[in-house]
Formats: sequence, C-alpha cells, structure tokens
Amino acid sequence: MSEKGLGHLKILELCNLVAGPYSTKLLADLGAEVIKIEPPGAGDDARRRGPFLQDNPHPELSGLFLYLNTNKLGVTLDVTTNTGKNILIDLIKQTDIFVEDKPPALLEELGLIYEDLRKVNPKLVMTSITPFGQTGPYRDYKAYELNSYHAGGEGYLLPTQSPDLSREPVKGGSLAGDCTCGLSAAIATLAAAYRMGATGLGQHIDVSKQDVLMTMALLEVAMFANMGIVRNRIERPLLMPTPMECQDGYIMVSALTDREWGSVVEFMGNPAWAEDEKFSQWLSRHLSGDEINPPVREFVKQYKKEDLFHQLQNKAIAAAPVNTAEDLVKSPQAEARGFFAEIDHPKAGKLKYPTAPYKFSRTPWRAERAAPLIGEHNEFVYCDRLGYDKRDLVTMKEAGVI
Amino acid sequence: MNGYALDGVRIADFCWLWAGAYATGLLALLGAEVIKIESMARPDPSRKMTLTVGQAFEGIDHSPIFNSINLNKLSVRLNLKQPAAVELAKKIVQISDVASENMRPGAMDSIGLGYDVLKEVKPDIIMLSSSAFGAEGPLRRYGGYAPSFACYSGLAHLTGYSDGPPNPMTGSTDLMSATTSAFAIMAALNHRQHTGQGQHIDMASVESLAVFTGDALMEYIMNGRVQSRNGNHDRIMAPHNCYRCRGDDKWVSIAVATDEEWQAFCNAAGHPEWASDERFSDTYSRWKNERALNDLIGEWTVNYTHYEVTEILQKAGVAAIPSFSNEEIFSDPHFKARELAVEVEHPSMGKQVVLGPPWRLSETPARVTKSAPTMGENNEHVFGEILGMSGKEIARLIEEEIIY
Repeated sequence: MSEKGLGHLKILELCNLVAGPYSTKLLADLGAEVIKIEPPGAGDDARRRGPFLQDNPHPELSGLFLYLNTNKLGVTLDVTTNTGKNILIDLIKQTDIFVEDKPPALLEELGLIYEDLRKVNPKLVMTSITPFGQTGPYRDYKAYELNSYHAGGEGYLLPTQSPDLSREPVKGGSLAGDCTCGLSAAIATLAAAYRMGATGLGQHIDVSKQDVLMTMALLEVAMFANMGIVRNRIERPLLMPTPMECQDGYIMVSALTDREWGSVVEFMGNPAWAEDEKFSQWLSRHLSGDEINPPVREFVKQYKKEDLFHQLQNKAIAAAPVNTAEDLVKSPQAEARGFFAEIDHPKAGKLKYPTAPYKFSRTPWRAERAAPLIGEHNEFVYCDRLGYDKRDLVTMKEAGVI
Repeated sequence: MNGYALDGVRIADFCWLWAGAYATGLLALLGAEVIKIESMARPDPSRKMTLTVGQAFEGIDHSPIFNSINLNKLSVRLNLKQPAAVELAKKIVQISDVASENMRPGAMDSIGLGYDVLKEVKPDIIMLSSSAFGAEGPLRRYGGYAPSFACYSGLAHLTGYSDGPPNPMTGSTDLMSATTSAFAIMAALNHRQHTGQGQHIDMASVESLAVFTGDALMEYIMNGRVQSRNGNHDRIMAPHNCYRCRGDDKWVSIAVATDEEWQAFCNAAGHPEWASDERFSDTYSRWKNERALNDLIGEWTVNYTHYEVTEILQKAGVAAIPSFSNEEIFSDPHFKARELAVEVEHPSMGKQVVLGPPWRLSETPARVTKSAPTMGENNEHVFGEILGMSGKEIARLIEEEIIY
C-alpha cells in the first residue's frame, strides 16, 4: 500500500455541481478523507446532469457526478433545519477543512459563516467558493459556469481568430471554467492547511470564481493596463494561430522560434515562397500570417493528423492533433502513463475514469472508492463518528433532516 | 501580523515560459521565497516578446508580460552550460524545499540536475517537473506550447461554434497548466510537513487540460459517444448564451436553469407572455426551441446596455453578467471593489498594473509585494548573503560568465 499524500487531512464538503466538488475531489484523490454533504432526497444537482450510463438518467449513473466525487464519503443533511445545522457544527469540530459554495447571505442567515464556526474549531480552514466572492457589489449575484466564464474576461476573446464580430463570444469548452476555479481554490486551501500544520492557525479563504478566471486572463488584462491594447476575438494575421485542417481532422503547428520555423520550411521541401526575407525575422514572420498561412494550410491538407503529428515532432516541431475524447482514451501515451484507471461502483459497475495530470513518486493518485451513493455513509458518519443511535437516523430521515 | 501562508518555504525555480513561471509565481504570492535561476545564455522568451499580439520588448527587463507572471520572485543568473554554475545551482537547491522545472524530460538530468542528483544534495527535496506530454510514455520527448496542450487534451475540440473549427483558446491554457503544477507542489509540501518525505512530481500539461473535459471523457467511456463543440449551448439549460446588447460588440451572458427562473426572467423583461408560450413553457421545451428563444431574447437585450440587462435580471434572481473585455473590466465597480488589480513599481518600467492573487486568506493574506525581478537582480543577496560567498568570488564568477 502506497503512502497517501494527504491522508492526514479531514475535509467536509458542502458543495454542488462542479467547482466545489472538483476542488475536494483533488484532495480526496490524494488521500484526504472527504465527507460530502448532499441535500436529502435529490442530492447534488450533478446527479441530474448527464452524461448518463447507457443513457439511463438515474441519479447514481451520472458520469459527471461519478467523475467529480471519486474517493469521497457521502452523507445527506439538510443544513437549513436546526437539527441539521447542529449536526453540521458537530462535524465541523472533527474537521480540518470545510469547503462550501453557498450564497454568502444564506450562510449568514443560517449562522454558519466562518466567525460562527471558528468558535467551535479555532484551527478550522474554511474555503468559500462563490461566483463573485464574499465582498463587493456583485456579492449576491447569481451565476452559472457560463456567466462566470464571461465575467472572467476570456469568454469575450473566444473563439479566437473569428472572421468577424457578428457572432456571440463563447465560453471555454467542457468544464474548463469551473474546474479551474476548483483547482485554484485547492491551492489556497492547501496553503492554509500548511500554515495550520505549522502554527495551528485557522483561517477563512474567500475564492471568487470571477477573480480566478480573471487571473487566467491576466496577460490580456496586463496588455490593456500597461500597453493600451484592447483585445477582441477578431482574426489577426498571426503565424498559424489556430489548428489547420487535415484529411481526417485538424492539427496545430506552432513555430515560435527561428529554429522551429526553419524546420517547418525544410519539412515542406523549402518552397520558393518561404524564402521571402521578411520571414527570416521572428517578429515580421509572426505578423505575416496572411501570406504564410494559406500555402501551409494547403500543404497540411494532404496528411492525416496523427501521421503529420509524429513526422513534425520527429523534426522537433511542436505539433499536436486536435483530439476527441475517443482519440484521448485510445492514445498510447495515456495508456503508458496510466491516465485512465478502472473503478468499480455498486450501481454503475466497472468503468474507466480519467485520473490526474501528475504522477507523484511517493504518494500516487489512487482509486480507493467510487463516488458515494446518496447517503451511503450516513450510518458510518452519524453513528460511528458522532455517536447517534441507529434509531435516531430513522427518525431524522422521517423528519427530512438526512 | 500572522505572516504568509508559505513563510519559510524556499523554491529553486528553474521554470520558464508561462506554463512554468506562473506555477511558482502563484506560490510566491502566498509567501514562498522563489529564486528564479536564469541566464543571458537562455533568457525566458517572455522577457523579450509576446506572441499573443506579436510585439517585441526592449532588452530583457521591459516586459509587462514577464512581470505579470513572475511577481514577488528573486532572480539570479547562472549559465547552466558551465559545470561551476551547476554546482552553484545545487547549493541553492540544498537550502530549498522545492525545485521546479519545465524543460523537456531528460534535460535536467543531462545538465546534472536530475531528481537523483537533487535528492543527494537535499534528501527531502520536492521536485516538480512539468512537460507537454509527461516524462513517461512514447511521446515523452515531444514538445508543445499552450495551443498544443489545448488540442491534444481534447479541450480545443470542445471549444468554438458547432459549425466552426476547433479553437485552442488563449494563453489561459498555459496558466491553467501552471495552476495544476502549483497545486501538486502544495500537496507534496503538506505531505512533507506531515511525514518529512520529499518526492518527485511528473506533471503533463496536456493531461492538466484533459481532466477539465471529464464529462466528455465519461460520455465516450460510458456510451461510446463523441461530444463536439457547441458555442455556449448547454446540455439542458436554455436560455444559456451571450446576447447582443446596445453598443459596439457588447454582450451579456444569461443562463436559466429552472422554470422559476424563467418565470422571473419573463416578468423582469416585461414579457410575461413568453412564460405562457407553449414553446418555452418548461425546461425541455425551452431547450428544444432554443433557436427561437435566442432570437426573441436577443431582440429584447439589444435595446439595453449589458449592465442594464444584468441589473434587471439579477434583481429578479436570474443569472446574468456582461461578457467583459480587458478594457471595460477596469471601470467595473465590482472589479474595482475587489481590488484584484494593483500597482507595482518595476525597476526599469516604473509603475505597472498587475493582477494579484485570486484568493483572500483572512489571516495570512496572499499579496503582491514586489515586481518581477530584473535578470540577476538578486545575485548579491542570494550568492552573498544567503550562500555566504565573498564579493570577490562573486566578481570572479561574473567575470568567468558562470554568473551570467
């Protein structure tokens, strides 16, 4: 049995959908004990969002939920009831880290803000992940991932290299926005845990999704503030800035340095047009996309994306095929690195899951258990940990508390 | 004063470019002492230019881009092509908790600074190696930049319009990869604090973005179905898009998840009749008739500014916010109130505006304490005061282009 990287940390999660659950998943996957609290009945909203195994829309078969909640324990608790609140406070006493994503006004109303909780656990690290943070005029605004992405400034620039501005800006694909927020929050959480480990000092961390996503666009922001450059998503004549079409898909070719550009030219068989003096200096070359890109696009068309990828990389040119999920799952690289691992779930059965982008030599990513069934660990947490009688659980269930 | 969260943590930073530099940059904002080890023989390209807009900077100490991602760091010059410089680098590692690098896999080994060597020098060292495809597997020698990460990971395939080409996004993907590295280092630091053990971390940038596509990967694994890009479209929510507003290229994002939110939307927009329109009466109908719905909403929003739409809808409890440009964010009241942008004095550029840390820690606030260093700005401090070398010795090493 390998060492657990974060086996010494106990975490309580009161989060929904993607950002908060992803944040604690990262910690659970490295060995922290994470107890996830879901509302009784329906549970986490991710349970009602697909993809569903074999298109069966069952709350235990959501691929989104299964992915975001690996290695966690699961309990149900209605924290808006008085009993539920008291149970939460009892759990807080046994916890190192509390991660929540509730509207700030709701927690105030319930008496569950950091100032309340530090009284029962002075060493507590509490991380709050909300759309706009705990302060400022938009504090109580509502936002879904789409809104957060556009509030963060990168959405306005996507898709890059648009032919004109007639169409709407779009968000980054898949879960990129919310996962980035969860990931960033986990850094601050672990930094505070590190401080707590060194000095015993607890604290509260305010994470605004807008702030996180804004920092992902910080170079664009710096460009306006310091260089006066206003950015939009319209096409600029840069050197091969987007993927180019091949026979069976797209390939991205980046030739940033003189050496890389020279190798691309050589690979194309030193065409006469490439000898233009202007293309020998990086800056003028980089701004000559109008002239360079059309013949390169024409050249690339004759290849299959995977063949061209390997041929270019063998000349030390940074190329990459545009992969689909299928390409990635079947990629020998992912296979060799063990990027996908099988986990057995009582309802969904054995499935492969994406693991993590890092390989720790001493404390590897590990799948100890699949995502919890709704309320799966009620008895373990409430009876074994908090000392409730099994009969109490029945009554609390009847009362809708758990 | 409670100090900083990472007080006492020192990082020997061999990272460069955005994906490397911002990883340790984040930890520098949390109070780690990050010593950037760099050289005129191999300057970080972001000191000299930006490819995003195609612009060169004067010399190596006038880049707002380099400044933005290397805040709070120290810098020493070491030409690692010289064996004596490698020995000095080891001395820095010896007094550090973390060593970080993002050269091609194997490069650190070949200059004599691989994990095996660093572990000898400092047994509990945490070493982070970040690379495009990772240090193992058939593609370990392949290189890549931010757009390659987005493409290989599957994220580019999922970004853009349904009828348009895949989109590799902006340089944000480099910073997302860097954020992943920072997280991995923090996990290893916590483990070391508890056990006294260091370790090596092999981080693959393409995988750092692939994990953001978990729903698409699970869809393929579970149902054999390949998802594709679809603009702002959601798998069930509608409306869920950006809508044109009054002004030049102004847009507001609106997302409605429930029937209650839709009722509130229609009332707030002054169109209660939309709520009773059969095409939009429940979540499924709205999703099914999204095109007609989008047209209708766009005809309404275009009469207002994106701020007016935001206010009207948020008052009714509906999620709406402008799609901000890098220019207009600076006049936004919330952005100003959060004080995310701060001014910092740079030795050669003067006042620079940068973004601070994205988190507020109540007891040990992360913050910007200084600009990014000029190259070799802290040679004397690090070699002289920390490593105890004499001025004469440092002068000789500069003369011999070891400190270069």
